[in-house]
Amino acid sequence: MSLSEKTAFELSELYRKKECTQEDVLKDLGIAVKAKDRDARRIHAYIQPESIRPRELKKSAASRLSGIPIAVKDNICVEGEEITCASKILKGFISPYNATVVQKLLNVGAVIFGRTNMDEFAFGSSCETSVYGPTRNPRDPERVPGGSSGGSAASVADHTAIAALGSDTGGSIRQPASFCGVVGMKPTYGRVSRYGLVAFASSLDQIGPITKDVRDSALLLGVIAGHDPKDSTSADLPVPDYLACLGQSIKGMKVGILADDNKEGLNPLVRASVKEEAQNTLRKLGVEIKEISLPHMKYAVSVYYIVAPSEASSNLARFDGVRYGFRDPKAASVLDLYENTRGEGFGAEAKRRIILGTYSLSSGYYDAYYLKAMKVRTKIKQDFDKAFKEVDAIMMPTSPSVAFKLGEKTQNPLEMYLSDIYTISANLAGIPAISIPCGIDGTHGKSLPIGLQFLGKPFDEGTLYKLAHAFEQNTDFHRKLGNVK
Amino acid sequence: MSGIDLRPIAHLARLRFKDEELKVFEAQVNDILKLVNQLAEVPVEGVEPTSHPLALKNVFREDQPSPSLPIEEFLKASPRTRGRFFEVPKIIENTK
Repeated sequence: MSLSEKTAFELSELYRKKECTQEDVLKDLGIAVKAKDRDARRIHAYIQPESIRPRELKKSAASRLSGIPIAVKDNICVEGEEITCASKILKGFISPYNATVVQKLLNVGAVIFGRTNMDEFAFGSSCETSVYGPTRNPRDPERVPGGSSGGSAASVADHTAIAALGSDTGGSIRQPASFCGVVGMKPTYGRVSRYGLVAFASSLDQIGPITKDVRDSALLLGVIAGHDPKDSTSADLPVPDYLACLGQSIKGMKVGILADDNKEGLNPLVRASVKEEAQNTLRKLGVEIKEISLPHMKYAVSVYYIVAPSEASSNLARFDGVRYGFRDPKAASVLDLYENTRGEGFGAEAKRRIILGTYSLSSGYYDAYYLKAMKVRTKIKQDFDKAFKEVDAIMMPTSPSVAFKLGEKTQNPLEMYLSDIYTISANLAGIPAISIPCGIDGTHGKSLPIGLQFLGKPFDEGTLYKLAHAFEQNTDFHRKLGNVK
Repeated sequence: MSGIDLRPIAHLARLRFKDEELKVFEAQVNDILKLVNQLAEVPVEGVEPTSHPLALKNVFREDQPSPSLPIEEFLKASPRTRGRFFEVPKIIENTK
């Protein structure tokens, strides 16, 4: 068995027993990347698989992540490496510093391994808007891996990465984790520093781990979480020992389910897996399932597609062809320089979001769109506050469907946006949420994973790990899907 | 017909578009706004807007100088520089 098929935790045990070395792991990973990325139907989880140069700072015998290779999404800065956000406009930009999460990984001896593909500037739910071309789903290469952290999820599912970092603004960690059958955690807003993450929507963005199982997720989050003086939005709170949450009894815990259902949009197999089988599993473990209501969740997509593009239009104003990346070399005036550079440098989805955001913020529309959306956001948040007075966590599908086919939704952006319905509200409310495999749809001749999401109280990732781990250990989808062998 | 004209918005956003590209966008943005218009039905009187999920006040730190990266590190990333500066086309017109 190739060492690339191990989890981070398993590798740390092998290191401890001196049964393999970091060099062995890197060699096996290199072979796996080469083997999977060789033909035209390649998964393309990494932007440039041929130029992966593992980076390390020091070895640290004390840490479980010492010597463990971690793949990093192309919107997180690694000193001395090109970072493009899968956009033409940033091509050639070499980051002069490390993101805090990268520095924290390096400090405990982890190895930064390769940059994973993504939707341009994290705008998308399918990984098809990358300037490098799409990533494919390793469970079925005719299908998308989800997005925007599609490369991170695909690499982990395909065993070309041991574990990966992604970012989640409206579901960009959880939805690809769901489509690829792996574990994706979006931590509470403020739990993980965003210093060195290229900003998309600053009131929503969070960095989090994508892993083969829940234990690796807890291991990784424990290392990257915590206060950072370089990110004023990072919370000055102690980070609990997440690994200690695993294996604890969940008997007596209360988990909320939604009373009113997304009837037309939800795939029947997803409904059966999440609403019937998963609930039964939890009941057997002694969990009390309680109906709750989130009456404003149906407005989440509308609120998000005002708030996120508005913030994006402002954040992306910095890409002007002056300080970094691509520039129209022929521009004769400053206005031409801006308009041509941005017109040529951004892809269609990035332009669509910038336009939508600029429109919502423009004079005459601000009150009707942006201000209104911020107020409805308050209502969405209040719904969660109320629900969490009654329950410890809430469960729902991660995505209304299994992975869709490449090209299926590219012509209709609205349809693509609506596929984020279950993930968006956690970002708007700033709460943590984890996606784990809860079923397999075998009706298409392939094993397409189905994802279940647990949403928790602010800064209560520990409860989510407790629940997710108990569920995983009692259903074994991480083994059925081959994540853990 | 979509009924919205994105040309002035494109200018505000400093984005150059081909006409046919903008036509497609106008229809798509119109579809999205149609969905978003459902927000009108939510009563929000007296509701404070949420711009940020954490109840953060101003975050201060001690005003201690600390080393920055050298200017050259940042200039390296620019497509065009001269000396210690970024170079751009002339901004102020000669009015004489």
